[in-house]
Amino acid sequence: MTDTIIDIDRVTKRYGSHTVLQDLCFSVRPGEKLALIGPSGSGKTTILRTLMTLETIESGTIRIDGEPLFQMERNGSLVPADEAHLHRMRTKIGMVFQLFNLFPHKCVLDNVTLAPMLTKGVRKADAERRAMELLDLVGLADKARAMPAQLSGGQKQRVAIARALALQPRIMLFDEVTSALDPELVEEVLSVMRMLGSTTDMTMLLVTHEMSFAHDFADRVLFFDRGRIVEEGPPDVLFTNPTHERTQAFLKKIIAAGQRI
Amino acid sequence: MEWDWEFVREIMPMLLDGLRITLLATLLGSILAAAAGLGFALLRRSKNRAVTRITGFVVEFIRGTPLLVQLYFLFYVLPELGLLLSPLTAGVVGLGLHYATYTSEVFRAGIDNTPRGQWEAAKACNLTPYQTWRHVILPQAIPPMIPALANYFVAMFKETPLLSAITVIELMSEARGVANSNYRYLEPMTMVGVLFLCISLIAVPALHLLERRFRPPR
Ligand SMILES: Nc1ncnc2c1ncn2[C@@H]1O[C@H](COP(=O)(O)OP(=O)(O)OP(=O)(O)O)[C@@H](O)[C@H]1O
Ligand SMILES: [Mg+2]
Repeated sequence: MTDTIIDIDRVTKRYGSHTVLQDLCFSVRPGEKLALIGPSGSGKTTILRTLMTLETIESGTIRIDGEPLFQMERNGSLVPADEAHLHRMRTKIGMVFQLFNLFPHKCVLDNVTLAPMLTKGVRKADAERRAMELLDLVGLADKARAMPAQLSGGQKQRVAIARALALQPRIMLFDEVTSALDPELVEEVLSVMRMLGSTTDMTMLLVTHEMSFAHDFADRVLFFDRGRIVEEGPPDVLFTNPTHERTQAFLKKIIAAGQRI
Repeated sequence: MEWDWEFVREIMPMLLDGLRITLLATLLGSILAAAAGLGFALLRRSKNRAVTRITGFVVEFIRGTPLLVQLYFLFYVLPELGLLLSPLTAGVVGLGLHYATYTSEVFRAGIDNTPRGQWEAAKACNLTPYQTWRHVILPQAIPPMIPALANYFVAMFKETPLLSAITVIELMSEARGVANSNYRYLEPMTMVGVLFLCISLIAVPALHLLERRFRPPR
């Protein structure tokens, strides 16, 4: 029981009549680094958004630390979760978005301190000290007073990572965090991710189209297609010796597009 | 009829008294219009369908009826129902609620313009809905609205003479008072126009300044 932090059991998600996740099942061990890959529209973003409670599901169960995400126990039976339950569950999870979503009216430091002060009652001085440590970690201590609009994409994304880390989640979700960046800015973000991957015991789920990064970073790779997991395995196996033909076709296309794996 | 400067000097203090009331009514009316407009906009986004419907109906009703009728209702009809308002209070409530129906559209558009990613980031940061409004959505939605809001406040200012109909002694009714008792309308009415124009002339560049100051970035 304690060796799964996320358990996804037969989850189905639809938009109208379009089924985006279909009877999806997988689980994640604490501290595991997971890469989610697959063609566009296969549901990778959707599963991360669902874990962050930005989407609801039609059927199935998601458990975090053994506790249902969208249901709660009341008088011995499971009822739909209320806002307080979701709030408590969200304290375990943080997310970094493709388009950063920094708060544009707040300086870098305030972006990082806002949530700890509001949601955990951390005192301003403590929140700022901790934020400066995190900004230092992502190499942006000198930008603490800058406004988001003054930063490059790579810098914005590193601030967004610091902002998510400030809440000390046990699970971090990264949705294509480099795909909106100019090519020369990708590496500065990836190196922060690499450092997080090797120095923290956070559970990390990463959706990416950067196969070589997924290869180095992940303990396990899930290949998604049409709302299901077609194949999964350690990166050395999945990238070099995929068994399913859809995985092979996908990787072939990636290599043909010029990416190294 | 000759323009009489002596008469102008004589009535000026009274006109300025009236102008003070006019400006006070505009200021209080604007504050109410902003607050109630935001309230209407938020209620219209409620998840409760009954609340959105009723709010929508109230807003359409107020906007669809003349301000003068509303002022009469507030000042002459409400007392019969047991609610007695002073003339200025009734005037401010009338102006404020009437213009709130317009400012609520400004608030609604501004709120809708806030990118979805901001709501999602706030949720990922685990902010409560109240904290999300207070710290994330409104602080970025309101500055770009300020010029549009200010436009309505200027329009409201120019409608304050309607308050004379419910015995508020504002600029227009002061002017009418001195005109009636002196049988001379030229100077009082001209000065009313001049005073309104002066304030509007100050307001226009101030508006432009606001527009430049709060022009949305990007
Ligand atoms: N809000 C929405 N309304 C309707 N359909 C949606 C919505 N969001 C996503 N979809 C659809 O759900 C499917 C899965 O989307 P998702 O974003 O999870 O794919 P993805 O694997 O992340 O793709 P990509 O690699 O392009 O980011 C797609 O077909 C998409 O068009
Ligand atoms: Mg995606």
